[in-house]
Amino acid sequence: MTAFRESVEAMIPALRRYARALARDAEIADDLVQDTLVRALRSERLFIGGDIKSWLYTILTNLNKNRRRSLARRPQHLPLLENNPDASGTEAEGRDIARALATLVEEQRSVLLLVMLEGLSYREVADIQGIPIGTVMSRLARARSHVKAYLEGERPPLRRVK
Amino acid sequence: MTEPQIPVTEDELHAYVDGELPAERREEVEAWLAAHPDDAARVQSWRLMAADLHARYDAVADEPIPARLQIERLVHTPRRWIYGAIAATLVAFIGGGLAGWTAHGAASAPSALQNFTAEALEAHRLYTVEVRHPVEVPGSERAHLQQWLTKRCGWQVRAPELETTGLKLVGGRLLPGPTGPASFLMYESASGERFTVYTARASSEATQMRYAAGNQDAALFWADHGVGYVVSGSSDRDRLMQVARLVYDQSEKDGGEAR
Repeated sequence: MTAFRESVEAMIPALRRYARALARDAEIADDLVQDTLVRALRSERLFIGGDIKSWLYTILTNLNKNRRRSLARRPQHLPLLENNPDASGTEAEGRDIARALATLVEEQRSVLLLVMLEGLSYREVADIQGIPIGTVMSRLARARSHVKAYLEGERPPLRRVK
Repeated sequence: MTEPQIPVTEDELHAYVDGELPAERREEVEAWLAAHPDDAARVQSWRLMAADLHARYDAVADEPIPARLQIERLVHTPRRWIYGAIAATLVAFIGGGLAGWTAHGAASAPSALQNFTAEALEAHRLYTVEVRHPVEVPGSERAHLQQWLTKRCGWQVRAPELETTGLKLVGGRLLPGPTGPASFLMYESASGERFTVYTARASSEATQMRYAAGNQDAALFWADHGVGYVVSGSSDRDRLMQVARLVYDQSEKDGGEAR
């Protein structure tokens, strides 16, 4: 296997984690990862160095953006199988982190996940989203405060023990 | 602890948690947090949030990688229909060829495919209710129909044999597709149930099979060798799968039609 393919392969677990948190539905998430990998592998010859990790996150983020943008004007698309354990699990749990993420707007969710879950730097996230670092920081701040408010909506605030 | 000279901003609190602060400022922020419990609580809540995220999603990264995402498989472009009840619906169809990842528009492909599924479903709805003129060329002229559509569309259009599912070719017509001509074939059962097979040039080389449901009808769609296929018909998913599988198998047999 080429070094390029090995680097791509090493990223699959992290891409799946990011996609699952981004898209919520396990099936859609793996579709996103698959489309990302197919695109990446086809572009192997076009890839002229640089950071493969950021590049893969960029493709996936864009794919998801396009997917969501186009959802409104077409028939409802369902997963072919309704055996998604993820979806049924969250129903019962009330205000969990997955539901909090679902209430965020797309670009804030993506920034929050890339920084907090995937551990990317502000610089990398700025490149992935094609925005200035200042915008990354403001999206992150808004996302954090939104998630915090959402989670505390039901949970009583933690009492500070001195 | 002494108050830092410069007050700590909210941006700096975020940068502190995310390890983006220069070392010398870190100490000042720590001193600030010791003196400002509200900010310290906020920082703590962000840390808990990160822990929450990892607790919820790290398990996904530890799952075994599904077959359809394995590099070997994606590279060696398997094009197989696995005849298993569940597997059959989930197989990824990956064809070869160069595709359109470009710097900014990393992917119009899936959305384009879904757009044309919507067009195919519209054509399906428009023509399946037609009693007298459902098609331009009747199924009795199968050879001519295939030749004509192939010539106009630019890829091999072959009307699949669906008799084993009780469907007979009614005929076909040429339609304007999203980026050029599209072929449209209609089939009918003895009870009058109608299915249509729509093909048009797809922007993605190959995709896995997906399902789209309308109110009265549904479609299965995929792309292969640069041609998108949409099989529309009954909202009975199993029935639709059965028909789509025959269509897929026969286009597979023809192989490389788009080249």
